Amino acid sequence: MSTSAPTEVKERKMDTIKLTINGRDVIAKTGVTVLEAALNAGIYIPTLCYDPDLKPYGGCRLCVVEIEGMRGLVSSCTTPATDGTVVHTETERVNRSRRITMKLIIANHHGDCLTCAKNQDCELLKIARYLGIEQEHIDRLRKGTQVLPVDKSHPAFIRDPNKCILCGKCVRACHEIAVVGAIDLAFRGNSAKVTTFGDEPIVESICKSCGECVARCPTGALMPKWEKPPAKEVKTVCPYCGVGCSIYLGVRDNKIVSVRGDSEGPANKGSLCVKGRWGYDFINHPERLTTPLIRIPDVARQAGHNGRVQEIFREAKWDEALELVANKLFELRQNYGADSIAALSSAKCTNEDNYVMQKFVRAVIGTNNIDHCARLCHASTVVGGIAAFGQGAMSNSYSDFEKTELFFVIGSNTTECHPVLGSLIKRRVKFGGAKLIVADPRSIELGEYAAVRLPHNPGTDVALLNGIMHVIIRDGLEDKEFIQERTEAFEDMRQLVERYTPEAVEAITGVPQADLEAAARLFGEARSACILYGMGITQHTTGTDNVKSIANLLLLTGNMGREGTGFSPLRGQNNVQGACDMGALPNVYPGYQRVDDPAVRTKFETAWGCKLSDRPGVTTTEIANAILGGDIRGLYVMGENPVLSEPHLEHTRQALERLEFLVVQDIFLSETAWMADVVFPAAAYAEKDGTFTNTERRIQRVRQAILPPGEAKPDWEIISTLAEKIGQPLCYQNASQIMEEIASLTPIYGGVHFNRLDNDSLQWPCPDALHPGTSFLYRDGFARGRGKFHAVDYVPPAESISKGYPLVLTTGRVLEHWHTGTMSRRSNVLNELYPNGVVEMSPDDATKLGLIEGDLVVVASKRGRVETPVHITEKSPPGLVFMPFHWREAAANILTNDALDPVAKIPEYKVSAVNAVLAVLDRASQDNAFLARLAENPAEALKEYEVTAEEKAALMSGDIRKIESWLGKLDERLKTWLMLRLSQEKW
Amino acid sequence: MVNPSIAQDTQVLLQEQERTSEKQLKEILSSYQGKKEELIPILQQVQQAFGYLPEPMMKKIAKFLKLPESTIFGVSTFYAQFKLVPSGRNIIRVCRGTACHVRGSAEILGEVEKQLGIKAGETTPGLEYSLETIACFGSCALAPVVVTNGKVHGRMTAPKAREMLKKGAH
Repeated sequence: MSTSAPTEVKERKMDTIKLTINGRDVIAKTGVTVLEAALNAGIYIPTLCYDPDLKPYGGCRLCVVEIEGMRGLVSSCTTPATDGTVVHTETERVNRSRRITMKLIIANHHGDCLTCAKNQDCELLKIARYLGIEQEHIDRLRKGTQVLPVDKSHPAFIRDPNKCILCGKCVRACHEIAVVGAIDLAFRGNSAKVTTFGDEPIVESICKSCGECVARCPTGALMPKWEKPPAKEVKTVCPYCGVGCSIYLGVRDNKIVSVRGDSEGPANKGSLCVKGRWGYDFINHPERLTTPLIRIPDVARQAGHNGRVQEIFREAKWDEALELVANKLFELRQNYGADSIAALSSAKCTNEDNYVMQKFVRAVIGTNNIDHCARLCHASTVVGGIAAFGQGAMSNSYSDFEKTELFFVIGSNTTECHPVLGSLIKRRVKFGGAKLIVADPRSIELGEYAAVRLPHNPGTDVALLNGIMHVIIRDGLEDKEFIQERTEAFEDMRQLVERYTPEAVEAITGVPQADLEAAARLFGEARSACILYGMGITQHTTGTDNVKSIANLLLLTGNMGREGTGFSPLRGQNNVQGACDMGALPNVYPGYQRVDDPAVRTKFETAWGCKLSDRPGVTTTEIANAILGGDIRGLYVMGENPVLSEPHLEHTRQALERLEFLVVQDIFLSETAWMADVVFPAAAYAEKDGTFTNTERRIQRVRQAILPPGEAKPDWEIISTLAEKIGQPLCYQNASQIMEEIASLTPIYGGVHFNRLDNDSLQWPCPDALHPGTSFLYRDGFARGRGKFHAVDYVPPAESISKGYPLVLTTGRVLEHWHTGTMSRRSNVLNELYPNGVVEMSPDDATKLGLIEGDLVVVASKRGRVETPVHITEKSPPGLVFMPFHWREAAANILTNDALDPVAKIPEYKVSAVNAVLAVLDRASQDNAFLARLAENPAEALKEYEVTAEEKAALMSGDIRKIESWLGKLDERLKTWLMLRLSQEKW
Repeated sequence: MVNPSIAQDTQVLLQEQERTSEKQLKEILSSYQGKKEELIPILQQVQQAFGYLPEPMMKKIAKFLKLPESTIFGVSTFYAQFKLVPSGRNIIRVCRGTACHVRGSAEILGEVEKQLGIKAGETTPGLEYSLETIACFGSCALAPVVVTNGKVHGRMTAPKAREMLKKGAH
């Protein structure tokens, strides 16, 4: 144990105390416990139940110490250190007590240490050694003979109660960190154990699989199933959502064998979610692309695939594949001009990859036709944010959330889509006294923690927010000084929201007036408030309006530019912020510098040594039409999967089939890659160096942990080599060199260099090498000068329900999966936890449609149909169905509407009109009009069709055998469905 | 084959039952404020009303008190007073305290178990009887004792217990 001699501090700071431990003076911060004071001073005290992230517990009794003036032995983990305390941690009395306690713990423990996977890291074993427990001591005590069943139900970890010492760390981690509460101590005496509600297997409980418990278990009671002890660990960033959790990848034999949360990670402080902790095995998946592929001539470019790669592609050498692409792109440019080529960059790739990609498109190809999937998630945020503040990024940081008094979460299912952040909000509400307002059409988990829930109708966000502002202004709760000094165009907005009375808003949104008023008061009276939002706000034809309304509410109440306040669009992908920052957008260069600004263009022309186009390019969502219209003939897709992610997929697929040339660069043969002419194998995040920028503008280092499989290469390297083949080399040696160039051309990244990111992260804007980065924006003024109010009127969604399509479909993500499933579906754990897609439906609607849990249903919109099992849940309100979009077998985006926000060009994923029918009924009634009519309206069917008295009687009494005798054999499920339907009919 | 009309009837019946018990629970909860220290009194009252703690009720109590369901389960299983399965209409307790043990209560327990076809801690399938053991009833002078529905039967023997059960221990 390192014992750095305590420096004799002459002038002690006000917030410190001095105590004496084992005769040594120790300075400690006020408020720490005796245990913490000792540990911080390098004095070891054994403990099994203490964890710095958890509240003091005092359960294991091993940390007992003697404190002068206190009677008996006290547990140091629950005793506050006070000035002048004299502590003895190693007296004979203390150690005797510890030994007795330890013997009692071990007496019930199965002694299979040699084969226990935990043995090297087992705290129990370590402390037993430290205290000097001998075999004869244990033999004297009665050995526990009980063998309890081991819970192996979870795909990621096992729970072995025989090795559990009831320290309660797992329970506390579940309650205090994850704020889930799936497990607790139950039963009594010898039977006491940690278990779920009803003592069910963990996988059937409400467990969210975050593994905070597993990470903290001091013994082998909670053990990962697949992890192996790594040979080394490499610090990098999680590749899933935009939270930006810092992780350590465990490496052994060029494979990732473990993942561990980085307790110093600024975004996660050690926490991880199910994806980050268990979803890493896709990296080692046998389906990884290892060599370039070239489509075999005459194999038609068709969407969908039969799974036989060899029949569609042949393997090729890099040289051949690159040359083919170079020639083809060159040819297209010669024949049809540079604007006939478009590229999709990727929010999953590093900043360096994205920078090189957009430079390639702009400088080598000569077009601004570059975009990426931010178009599909936060395009409206960028447009709306720039209009209101001059900047589209999140204005605050997670550190602000630690101080905020009121969270307003709207259109974000945070606990599933940004789980680590979701837990932070829950902690702040449950233990930190913060209040929460949740506005979401679905009953999401955060709603359970909300002071006010606003279940508004999908697509009515503007009306809801206007209603809240109406009440705030009516009651005089606006921040008049802030409005006066820091904003403009208030009056127009004020006049507009005057019309949005609570009554009017209730009629549009369905939110009871009293709840609206309560929310408005909470928001108006809060000293500091943040608005967190996600796709529920942005993915609408009114996405930009929605974002402007959020900005209005923040400006109205002065909740900008101060600690604990702010505008928090939660970015969905690991590096979607970075991909935007790098200018993988059709209208801006890196750092949001406009392509149509001549001064900016000249700067980039000089730096890149070429002429650049001044025409903004086409957006992702416009590419399909541009292809069909003949304007775009070649497409280069890097790490994106438009064949599953675009709305109205049939349209996208048709467009891609029409392309003259399609190049896809990916780590797997994605649904889009199956359509490509050439496929380049790319290195995954763990196989390259670079940086990701998370949702709070934090730039963090991504480090290479293993070598790419086969001939796969980092994306930037592939593009650089391709540029060389075209005859305009980009000449980069490594990722660091690329960042140097980024910094030189991008003012907000001006001070970002790899050497500064070695042990730290930086939040942009960071204009120069000495700048420490910026935790929250607009302290002294908005990027555009004054914050601008926008008078925004409510406009209904592009599609509304009708008789034929009576349900509203909204799409989104589930906790266990991510986007088009390219990665998460190739993770054994994630796939096993949530193997297939579903449509979520309210019990009301299910009853109306005669559906029972798990029924296969056909969900159809005007644009297409998909078949998927139904999951009946109260999460969905009546009239609303929800589908995650991760599964190609039940691709929700076949149904979604491709109507766009007029400015941001983001599609309306969140509102489509659909219907749902039992799949067997749908099939049977396709060629049987009578059955179709009978299912729809039995009484009317009898009137419309000529039926005999006997048939009529059979129908009315539900005599299924007779019905079958003239309708033909019916499927068993259809029979029960029809009988129920007929029995419910009021003839 | 499923007869939907019967299925329908059962469903209606079950729904009806659920509604009544939900109403009953609501009434119980209405006298509480939703503070976590109210958990044990609520559990006691619910058990009194329903004879045990049904799982759906525990989940609703969790929601009402804003406590994790697992915590409700932990508390319910910690205290011997709470039952998670319905008890029989008649509760037979065989004292296994020292005095009763010395005077042959093991044999009595064995006899009762044989007669009822269940082990201590279990309930007969038709919910007629629940059999429990107690550590000491405090009636050592009458040992061995068997308590049926609160009524103490002293100086019990195995044949007497059999007789008693035959007559119906109500």
